[in-house]
Amino acid sequence: MDIATLFSAMPGNVAQGIIWGIMALGVFMTFKLLNFADLTVDGSFATGGAVAVILITGGWSVPAALVMATLAGVLAGMVTGILHTVFGIPDILAGILTQIALYSVNLNIMTGKANVAVSVDKFNLLVSLRFVSKTILVASIFAIALISLMYWYFGTAQGCAIRATGNNPAMSSAQGININLMKVITLALSNGVVALSGGLMAQYQGFADINMGRGAIVIGLAAVIIGEVLGHAMIGKRMNFIVRMLFVIIGGIVYYIVIGIVLWLRMPTNDLKLFTAIIVAIFLAVPYLRGQAKSSFRKAARKGGQK
Amino acid sequence: MLTVNEIYKTFNAGTVNEKHALNGASLTLQEGEFVTVIGGNGAGKSTFLNAVAGVWPVDAGSILIDGEDVTGLCEYKRAKYLGRVFQDPMTGTAADMEIQENLALAARRGKSRGLGWGISKKEREQYHEMLKILDLGLEERMTSKVGLLSGGQRQALTLLMATLQKPKVLLLDEHTAALDPKTAAKVLETTERIVTENNLTTLMVTHNMKDAIVHGDRLIMMNEGRVILNIAGEEKKKLTVEQLLHKFEEVSGTEFTSDKAILS
Repeated sequence: MDIATLFSAMPGNVAQGIIWGIMALGVFMTFKLLNFADLTVDGSFATGGAVAVILITGGWSVPAALVMATLAGVLAGMVTGILHTVFGIPDILAGILTQIALYSVNLNIMTGKANVAVSVDKFNLLVSLRFVSKTILVASIFAIALISLMYWYFGTAQGCAIRATGNNPAMSSAQGININLMKVITLALSNGVVALSGGLMAQYQGFADINMGRGAIVIGLAAVIIGEVLGHAMIGKRMNFIVRMLFVIIGGIVYYIVIGIVLWLRMPTNDLKLFTAIIVAIFLAVPYLRGQAKSSFRKAARKGGQK
Repeated sequence: MLTVNEIYKTFNAGTVNEKHALNGASLTLQEGEFVTVIGGNGAGKSTFLNAVAGVWPVDAGSILIDGEDVTGLCEYKRAKYLGRVFQDPMTGTAADMEIQENLALAARRGKSRGLGWGISKKEREQYHEMLKILDLGLEERMTSKVGLLSGGQRQALTLLMATLQKPKVLLLDEHTAALDPKTAAKVLETTERIVTENNLTTLMVTHNMKDAIVHGDRLIMMNEGRVILNIAGEEKKKLTVEQLLHKFEEVSGTEFTSDKAILS
C-alpha cells in the first residue's frame, strides 16, 4: 500500500473518468432533461466500441470510425424511442429490450467474437492507456466540444421543447410540441453520445468487449449524481446549465478516483460492482436525506414535545 | 369560430366503470364571443373542453375551428388554434424552466421548432413589457424558475402564455378554482381584460354561478354530457343564481348537484 502507486495510477483514473463523463453527458440528457430512465446505454456503449474497433481494424480512419460509432448509437436510441412512443412500451422496459437486442447485434458486429483487439502500435488511435496525458487532453477536448454543442442545442427552440417535454408533457402538448418526436430525438442524441464514448473507451483500453457496457447506466448515473451533489455543495444555487454539465464530467473523474483508491486499498476486483452500487445509492440518498433532516416526523414530534 | 356538432365520448366502454361523458353535446361560438359554462358534478364540462382541445379523439360528432374540421387532429396539432388554461396551476407551465423560457415556448405554439435560439433579445424586451401589465412584479423575475411562483402568479402567467399568440379559441377550464377568493378575483379580472382587449373567442368553465352570470356574453349549462340551457343578452344580465338553479331543475328534472357550486 505504497502511496506512490496510488499517485501513479491517478492520471489513468482521470483519463477514464473523463471518457465515462462523456458517456454520462448522454445519460444526463435522458435522465435529467427528458426525465426518461434509459437503459439502452449498457448496449449502445458496447455498440460504439464494437463499431469503432471493427472499422479501425478494417482500415477506416479513426475520426470516421468514431462518426460511424456515434451514428450506430443514434440508431439504437431511435429504436428505444420508437418502442416507447409508437408501441407504448414503458420507458425502462423499452430500454431493456433494446439493450438485450444489442447484445446480439454487437456480437454480430464483432464477427461473432466476444473481444476484438485494436493495437495502438498498428493504428493511429486518438486515445490509449499507453499515452495517458494525451488521452486526458483529447478526452477533455471532446468533453468541452460536446458541452458547448449541448449548451447551444438545448438553448434552441427545439432544445427548449425537449426540456419542456421532460418537465411537463401535458403543458408541452398544449403548446403544440410533438412530445413523442422530442423523446425519440433525445434518445437518439443521448445514445449517439454514449456510443461515441464507447468508441473512445475501446481505443483507450485497446479492445472492444461484448461486456464493456455492462453497468454503464450505473456509472453514468453515478457521474451525473456525484457531479450534482458536488456542484450543489460547491456552487449552490448559482449553478447554471453549462456548470451543471461540467460537473457531470467532474462527477465521472471523482468516481474513477474513488475506484482507484478502493483498488489501491486492495479491495478484491470481484467486489467492485457491489461497491459501485453502494456509492451510487449513497449519492442518490444524500439529497433526499438532507431534505428529511430539515423536516421529518421524528423532528416534528421532538419539537412538539418541547413545547 | 368554433362549431361543435353532436359529439359523443364514452370512457371505459364495456366495463363496470362505463361512463357516457358526452352525449351529443353541440355548441357554436361566434367570433369574439365569450361563453361561460356551468354544470353539476360530472356534467361533462371539462370533458367538453378536453374534446375541443383534442386530448383524446371523440367517438362521434365533429369539431370545427374557424371553418376547418379538426376532429381528426391530435392535441399538439390542434394547439396552434387554441390557448388553454387549466384548473391545476401546475399543469399550464414548466416548473423547472424560467418565466421567460415558458413565454418563449408559448410564443412558438403552432410554429416549427428548429435550431434558432429558444428566446431572442427582442422577445425578452417584449415579455418584460407584457409582464409589467400583469402587475405582479414578474417582469423583474424573468429568469426565475416558474416553480417558485404562487398558484395565482402561475395562472396569470399561463393566461398570458395562452394569449401571447392570439388563439382562435381560448379554453379556460375552471382556471380560478384552485385559488383563494382574492387571487381568484384578480385572475378573473385579468382574464376579462385580456379577452376584451384582444376580442378573443372564449369558452370558460366555472363552478361559480355568480362568475358565470357576471362574465361573458352568453351562459350555457351542461348536464349528462349535453348542453341543456343557453342564456344570452338581456336575459343573462338580469339572471340571478336562484333563477338559474330553478331553470336547471325545470329543464333537467333533477336537483342541481355540485358541492363546489353550492359551497362557493
